[in-house]
Amino acid sequence: MNSREKVLGRVRAALGPARGTPVEVPRGYRRRLAEPADRADVVALFSERVAEYRASVRHVGADEVATAVAAALWGRGAARIAVPADLPYGWLAELEGVQAVADAPPIPAGALDGMDGVVTGCAVAIAQTGTIVLDGGRGQGRRALTLVPDHHLCVVHADQIVGTVPEAVARLDPVRPLTWISGPSATSDIEMARVEGVHGPRVLEVLIVDGPLC
Amino acid sequence: MTAPAGTPPPKFADAARAALADTQLRRNLHNATATIRERRAAAAGELPDWEELRAAGAAIKDRTLLNLDRYLEELERAVTDAGGTVHWAATAAEANRIVTRLVRATGQREVVKVKSMVTQEIGLNEALAAAGITARETDLAELIVQLGDDRPSHILVPAIHRNRAQIRELFLRAMPGAPADLTDEPAALAAAARAYLRERFLAAEVAVSGANFMVAETGTMVVLESEGNGRMCLTLPETLITVAGIEKVVPTWEDLEVFLQLLPRSSTGERMNPYTSTWTGVTPGDGPREFHLVLLDNGRTKALADEVGRAALRCIRCSACLNVCPVYERTGGHAYGSVYPGPIGAILTPQLRGVKAAQPASLPFASTLCGACTDLCPVKIDIPEILVHLRGEVVEARRHRPVPTPELALMRTAAWTMADPRRYEAALRRGTRWARLLSRGGRIRRLPGPLGKWSDARDLPAPPAQSFRAWWREREGGR
Repeated sequence: MNSREKVLGRVRAALGPARGTPVEVPRGYRRRLAEPADRADVVALFSERVAEYRASVRHVGADEVATAVAAALWGRGAARIAVPADLPYGWLAELEGVQAVADAPPIPAGALDGMDGVVTGCAVAIAQTGTIVLDGGRGQGRRALTLVPDHHLCVVHADQIVGTVPEAVARLDPVRPLTWISGPSATSDIEMARVEGVHGPRVLEVLIVDGPLC
Repeated sequence: MTAPAGTPPPKFADAARAALADTQLRRNLHNATATIRERRAAAAGELPDWEELRAAGAAIKDRTLLNLDRYLEELERAVTDAGGTVHWAATAAEANRIVTRLVRATGQREVVKVKSMVTQEIGLNEALAAAGITARETDLAELIVQLGDDRPSHILVPAIHRNRAQIRELFLRAMPGAPADLTDEPAALAAAARAYLRERFLAAEVAVSGANFMVAETGTMVVLESEGNGRMCLTLPETLITVAGIEKVVPTWEDLEVFLQLLPRSSTGERMNPYTSTWTGVTPGDGPREFHLVLLDNGRTKALADEVGRAALRCIRCSACLNVCPVYERTGGHAYGSVYPGPIGAILTPQLRGVKAAQPASLPFASTLCGACTDLCPVKIDIPEILVHLRGEVVEARRHRPVPTPELALMRTAAWTMADPRRYEAALRRGTRWARLLSRGGRIRRLPGPLGKWSDARDLPAPPAQSFRAWWREREGGR
């Protein structure tokens, strides 16, 4: 008997007559935010919760994205950044003095390590937990891109923000590799004190774009 | 990790004695557990539907366990369809052989590892080392444990027993390239670990991880972490090997909406942990090209067979029960002699290993049955109930020994004495006389011989000169 049969056989023997008992899952928990929240409340909650992780948050109008991206990168003294090949071109329109390297062909890990930052979009954001989820879709790139550089600038459109974790789970596609990001890399391993910055980006900046997509 | 081969780990009470004498350890533990207790309470209290989430979490896990064979087969199919390879391991040794073979096939001599309880349980690092493969732990606390040649003492924070000054000292001594002017600021210590591990991540070809959840319906693996070392391991290498206990499966993608709320809030007391990664098989152009999943039994089906004990398999390894346990807070994790310490370890370890050996048999007694753990367990495991049930099993297992334990001999004598009124009364008379001789001022402060252990911690009231039965008989001839 191979191990597969052995383990499955043991499971069946262990359960005996109880095997296959249906169990009703009570799903009385909230799928949406408690108070009837309008869009502005959801966005405000998201920006408050992201900030509590000590990530920087800024609200910009749809026509100010390029300026805000450039300003954030200048503020950190970035000279070379990595970007997904399909990042909306307009976001980088005002990058003077900053070289944006598209991830096509893929930038080797060692070279990524030398980049001063990365700019991406996201798939979904969660207000209640201050979380950004990347799924490798448009403007997000492969996972290594947002991991190796020390600075991640993420552009979130207001209508990508949902209230709760269940709403986000419902919107996401499990087949895609997902990265849920809640604040900069951190550890609580030393005396349970949360310290920013171990292996992931030590700086997370979020630009929330209010108003319609462009 | 396991104790050195040949020497069985000491029983809980013996191991605890050494831990209790270490005042530095007790201070480190007290500070750390107090901090995390407060954070957990705030994070759980913030959600008005916390109790509903717990109820859902418990039910999802029960549903999984009672249909485990079906979900495992479904998971296998989904992972395979997504380009992964599934392996089955009945024992720790078999899992170690599979992982060793997979690493060898890549031609690599070094693997990077994400913190995983299950690979500690099976002693994977030691098995790989024996095959000439270096396993490098990348979680900060695991790194602290590995550099110090130490053992983890907490599920979530394996180095909880060390404070910042001790960690600084360790880094200076054991971490190649640690800056000479390293301070004991947590941020500086974290930065030193970042620099030390960065090159290794960038060069890593093979990674080994555990999984917090596996979704049967979609074949998706889920890993929650804080530092980004997990993302490094899951993303950069060419080959990824995930080892997971069979109880880690959940039926549907939707079920994650419950656990992704329960786990971070219970575990680190955060609304959400910094990073959660999910992946389904392999994705061309993003992450590893090869994905292997090793499904491990190693005693889990034994626990599953126990109708009361099986609830322990609901555990999502949040470690909230450790942080709230008055016993754990004083003894720390090492005294439990297992990778799973604290209340959950006291019910899980004896079930995985059986209660024949003295060490696992001592664990169900490592509790005051206060129930604080059950009050906050996110999947509502009734730990005291299982503890009492396992205590019964320990006693039952000892009943058939050729030489009875002193406790059992005493109980048998008592049963024999009480079974007959004449024997009982004779014993009562004699006992009363002796007890009154031993008493001072109406109390017995010290019992003779081995019974003295019992009276070390308590006084016994002296029995009255005459028993009720004697008095009744004397009273008008018993009428």
